[in-house]
Amino acid sequence: MTKKVLVLGEVREGTLRNVSFEAIAAAKTIADGGEVIGVLIGDAVESLSAELIQYGADRIVTVEHPHLKQYTSDGFSQAFVAVTEAENPDAIVFGHTALGKDLSPKIASKLQSGLISDVTTIEGNGDDALFVRPIYSGKAFEKVKVKDDGIVFITVRPNNITPLEKDETRSGEVSSLSVDITNLRTVIKEVVRKAADGVDLSEAKVVVSGGRGVKSAEGFEPLQELAKLLGGAVGASRGACDADYCDYSLQIGQTGKVVTPDLYIACGISGAIQHLAGMSNSKIIVAINKDPEANIFKIADYGIVGDLFEVVPLLIEEFKNVVVQS
Amino acid sequence: MNIYVLVKRTFDTEEKIVLDGGIIQEDGAEFIINPYDEYAIEEAIQIRDAQGGEVTVVTIGGEDVEKQLRTALAMGADKAVLINAEEDVEDLDQFSIAYILAEYLKDKKADLILGGNVAIDGGSGQVGPRVAELLGINYVTTITSLEIDGNIAKIVRDVEGDSEVIEATLPLLVTAQQGLNEPRYPSLPGIMKAKKKPLEELELDDLDIDEDDVEAKTETVEIFLPAQKEAGRVLQGELQDQVKELVQLLHSEAKVI
Ligand SMILES: Cc1cc2nc3c(=O)[nH]c(=O)nc-3n(C[C@H](O)[C@H](O)[C@H](O)COP(=O)(O)OP(=O)(O)OC[C@H]3O[C@@H](n4cnc5c(N)ncnc54)[C@H](O)[C@@H]3O)c2cc1C
Ligand SMILES: Cc1cc2nc3c(=O)[nH]c(=O)nc-3n(C[C@H](O)[C@H](O)[C@H](O)COP(=O)(O)OP(=O)(O)OC[C@H]3O[C@@H](n4cnc5c(N)ncnc54)[C@H](O)[C@@H]3O)c2cc1C
Repeated sequence: MTKKVLVLGEVREGTLRNVSFEAIAAAKTIADGGEVIGVLIGDAVESLSAELIQYGADRIVTVEHPHLKQYTSDGFSQAFVAVTEAENPDAIVFGHTALGKDLSPKIASKLQSGLISDVTTIEGNGDDALFVRPIYSGKAFEKVKVKDDGIVFITVRPNNITPLEKDETRSGEVSSLSVDITNLRTVIKEVVRKAADGVDLSEAKVVVSGGRGVKSAEGFEPLQELAKLLGGAVGASRGACDADYCDYSLQIGQTGKVVTPDLYIACGISGAIQHLAGMSNSKIIVAINKDPEANIFKIADYGIVGDLFEVVPLLIEEFKNVVVQS
Repeated sequence: MNIYVLVKRTFDTEEKIVLDGGIIQEDGAEFIINPYDEYAIEEAIQIRDAQGGEVTVVTIGGEDVEKQLRTALAMGADKAVLINAEEDVEDLDQFSIAYILAEYLKDKKADLILGGNVAIDGGSGQVGPRVAELLGINYVTTITSLEIDGNIAKIVRDVEGDSEVIEATLPLLVTAQQGLNEPRYPSLPGIMKAKKKPLEELELDDLDIDEDDVEAKTETVEIFLPAQKEAGRVLQGELQDQVKELVQLLHSEAKVI
């Protein structure tokens, strides 16, 4: 049976996040020929409708309200639940982002539905869809299905499901739903931006990561330069975070972020099991470590045994040549 | 201050996962308190020490969880509650777990409930927000700082590396992110005292919960291990040449640059 699927389009600093396009691709698989409806929530988001349609949404519902300028679970859940009441969907897809993680369980609870979080692959379509998600931080995976014709509610992990080709000829209806947003119990006083240069770690295609071998906060500077050159983000081991070389928000691993970039460059990281849990599903792993016995080489596609303070600057020079050429 | 902490027992982070007949082998594995729940326990103890009140740790699990609950009591929690659902129902998902916890908590008049932002095994991060929603109270996830002043909680929340400074009123549920505090190790006197602290064991019947109420909404049909990543190539030769070769390989062989 075809399904009607709602996808939350997530907006960050005025633009749609890539994961929303990936969510649409996931929604298409679940819809199995049914309708995919993009939902945009904010104070002024209608202008983003076209792009969501170009990536595959059939039509858009917007909820705009001054109280939706900033994300709060109360505000966004009121808006989204109003859309579910109007549309009566069979399935819902969010990105597994800070917002998606915070909001989806509240809405699932309101709808008394199951929720399959952090999906990396979908097998089959429509009613037969099975959702693959990591457990034990990627040390194992499970395939999950929804029981008894319940609402299929999933969040998709960034960087795993390929978005559809953007098609600028696509068009679709855009409607707005007016919802009274009241009783926000959380007041956001201030947002302190610490994330470097906008490339989000969990969405980055390239991650340059440093460990205790980086030896100091300043030691991270060449890593930052390399990451910037490749349009990527900087990550770290817990060793580096514990030593105060960088913020905990950069930590990758079982008790940090899980990343799956195209390219992961580990510099001065030994490769403890807890670290591997957060990055071993990256497509290509490069290890730079002065100890040839380091565990990280066991999972690296390419390894260089050497001092990272020599290797990283050489890499920067070499990449500059290639980037200039292409 | 009446404080509750949601605690889950998980595999030690050192453990490798081994499947036997499609099921994760638990024999011989070491178990710990979910690391994020340790932050939650520590924060609860600090708040109680500063403001008075009582800290109760609550878990759903089998008999074996007693060990982790005793550890929490040894850290300084006052009371522990073990809700043993294993006898009654087979499969519980996040919907079920949240339902049971909320049924237990609904008449407890908690001022503050703390949990981990995610369990390192199941990894969904759903339970905290679901419990709050069922109780009809507000929640804030992935917090890195918490200060309570009367009825007001001043919170810093980690949002993908950025920090949100938030104010919310009690009652409130928060979930802990790394960086919130440095969990203490149980002291020897703490361990001795923990043996005498109350540990209540409940079954679903005691909470007037029907099996049907907690029937899972989702079902795990298969568990599998990821393909073993094979060790690749360690490059040889002069460092300068290795770097050249690496960039070439990333460009033409791996095609990621
Ligand atoms: C409950 C728990 C949860 C954990 N969660 C995580 C987690 O989420 N993420 C995580 O990363 N860790 C985690 N850990 C910690 C983990 O066990 C390791 O301690 C940590 O990953 C080690 O960090 P490291 O590799 O940077 O440091 P080390 O193990 O000290 O390795 C440093 C490496 O740098 C190399 N090196 C030194 N100098 C140079 C140089 N000049 N050039 C090149 N190489 C050099 C060394 O050869 C060495 O291999 C956790 C631990 C526990 C107990
Ligand atoms: C393959 C598989 C089979 C399973 N089978 C069963 C089963 O038969 N019976 C069963 O009981 N469970 C079972 N579980 C566990 C269960 O499905 C989930 O782990 C549980 O719903 C919690 O979800 P989560 O691990 O995603 O926790 P998250 O939502 O990530 O946890 C976040 C926080 O919620 C709190 N929390 C989570 N779980 C508990 C808990 N149990 N008690 C107290 N606080 C908690 C903690 O504060 C935790 O830090 C199974 C899990 C898997 C992966």
